[in-house]
Amino acid sequence: MTERKRTVRIAAGQGFWGDWLEAPVRQVQGGPIDYLVLDYLAEVTMSILQKQRSRDPSAGYARDFVSQMERILPDVADRGVRVISNAGGVNPRGCADAVRAAANRLGVGERIRIALVTGDDLLERLDPLMTEGESFANMDTGRPLSDVRDRVRSANAYLGMMPVVEALDRGANVVITGRVTDTGLTLGPLVHEFGWSADDWDRIAAGTIAGHILECGAQSSGGNLLRDWRKVKRLEDVGFPIVEAEADGSFIVTKHPGTGGVVNIASVSEQLVYEMGDPANYITPDGIVDFTTIKLARAGKNRVRVSGIRGRPRTAMLKVSVAYFYGYKAIGSLVYSWPEAFDKAQAADRVLRKRLKALGLEFEQILTEYVGVDATHGRLAGAPSPGIAEVMLRVGVRGPDRAAVERFTREIAPLVLTGPPSVTGFAGGRPAVEEIVAYWPALMAREKIEPFVRVEMV
Amino acid sequence: MATMLQLRYLAHARSGDKGDTANVGLIALEAEFYPLLVEQVTLKRVARHFKGMVTGVERFELPNLSALNFLLHGALDGGGTLSLKTDAQGKVYSTALLRMEIEVPNRIAKHARKVYA
Repeated sequence: MTERKRTVRIAAGQGFWGDWLEAPVRQVQGGPIDYLVLDYLAEVTMSILQKQRSRDPSAGYARDFVSQMERILPDVADRGVRVISNAGGVNPRGCADAVRAAANRLGVGERIRIALVTGDDLLERLDPLMTEGESFANMDTGRPLSDVRDRVRSANAYLGMMPVVEALDRGANVVITGRVTDTGLTLGPLVHEFGWSADDWDRIAAGTIAGHILECGAQSSGGNLLRDWRKVKRLEDVGFPIVEAEADGSFIVTKHPGTGGVVNIASVSEQLVYEMGDPANYITPDGIVDFTTIKLARAGKNRVRVSGIRGRPRTAMLKVSVAYFYGYKAIGSLVYSWPEAFDKAQAADRVLRKRLKALGLEFEQILTEYVGVDATHGRLAGAPSPGIAEVMLRVGVRGPDRAAVERFTREIAPLVLTGPPSVTGFAGGRPAVEEIVAYWPALMAREKIEPFVRVEMV
Repeated sequence: MATMLQLRYLAHARSGDKGDTANVGLIALEAEFYPLLVEQVTLKRVARHFKGMVTGVERFELPNLSALNFLLHGALDGGGTLSLKTDAQGKVYSTALLRMEIEVPNRIAKHARKVYA
């Protein structure tokens, strides 16, 4: 019988692709941890990675992860820290190969055991599945995927913790996955370490909440914290969150000593409600969590105890995230100064719209915002002060016709010499035309996905 | 005796997105304030507060966190990558809710203004 650990320390290293590059190495070197989990995948990230892979077959994963790993691999080899990440994106094999090459280069290759998780990618299986009668109906609109099939860019099932557990059971110290849920990255090591049963719904729920608290990085340890925000010290050295988990499912949220930021009931609470739906029914591939059962208690400085979490059985379905080409958009801006800054910006918007109309350009939408006046709170912000120093006119268009969006981008600069006065802030040049890849959520029976999931040691 | 007070003195909040829906988690600054939120930050009042900005509202209670969670449907102009809004992911919808005023006993208003101003 293997000896079970009493406390397992799991540290968050990244909250999204683009998060603070110094965080992972600080987590590994700042104090004792058993696991480092790095979440890179947001809903639209998969389609961006798919686009990169279509240009270069060796791409399609979060390249940042490889440079992060180069800084961490010696600690993984020497100190037994294990790393779990969904950085693999749409090409986990390419990602694993790159990490393998880095480990060999650093001379630690023999001590790095990389597990690769595949089977979430449904792009190649889409047509056979649709022929079999799978409709991939959009969860929000009910439309069948056949409506946009020819524009699909990527399709991935959200896998849970199971393949992560298998990888760790097989001795991996680096686990690289594609679309494994953010929470599964944390739940996996807890199930592996404590030997929890996959139908021990309360503990599965507890590990899922631990994952939810870690998945956005410093957003639970003082970053983006509204309560008493002026009192949050040394954010320049912010400590990313760490979970110290016990076998009974309770855990402490903390951070390394000497780091900035704060872990308190407010910081954990704000993260708990982030992106929340129906709190009693938080559905993941591994189980359903009831957030109304969570108990928080202060357990010392920068320590919050989380306990009491109840869960319910998982559903028969897995969520599938499809990304499809939607159209084009562009957003342009100009800044108008006092006096009468807001009036000038509004007058410029009228001129712009008349010109677009005269050109016969058609868009699905034209949206005007006045930054400094209404961009974040709309009419709730009330009328601006008549003495407002400056207002940014920000106009966006969206539509199916690239040429129309392109033409719009050429109508912003001319306003500098042909529109209302006191205008500046055009140093950035013509706005870029962006391709819109939209998100299509669907559900699919788990038995059609899970038999295809593979864990390989590479 | 009661007085009108902005929610910013009674609660903190965070929001996020799911498609075209923004959520606002509203957390009482003190447990004593929570019943006031439950009683007054109603579905109806929140819908009125955001009238013209959202197409529908749902409300959930989390007494264990002294929190309410609101789903604001149709709040993000299409949401995700479609939205042309500055706040396409609804990150600061939370602060827009904190503008709402509710009626609170003078004793609490005085205390809240003093401690949380």
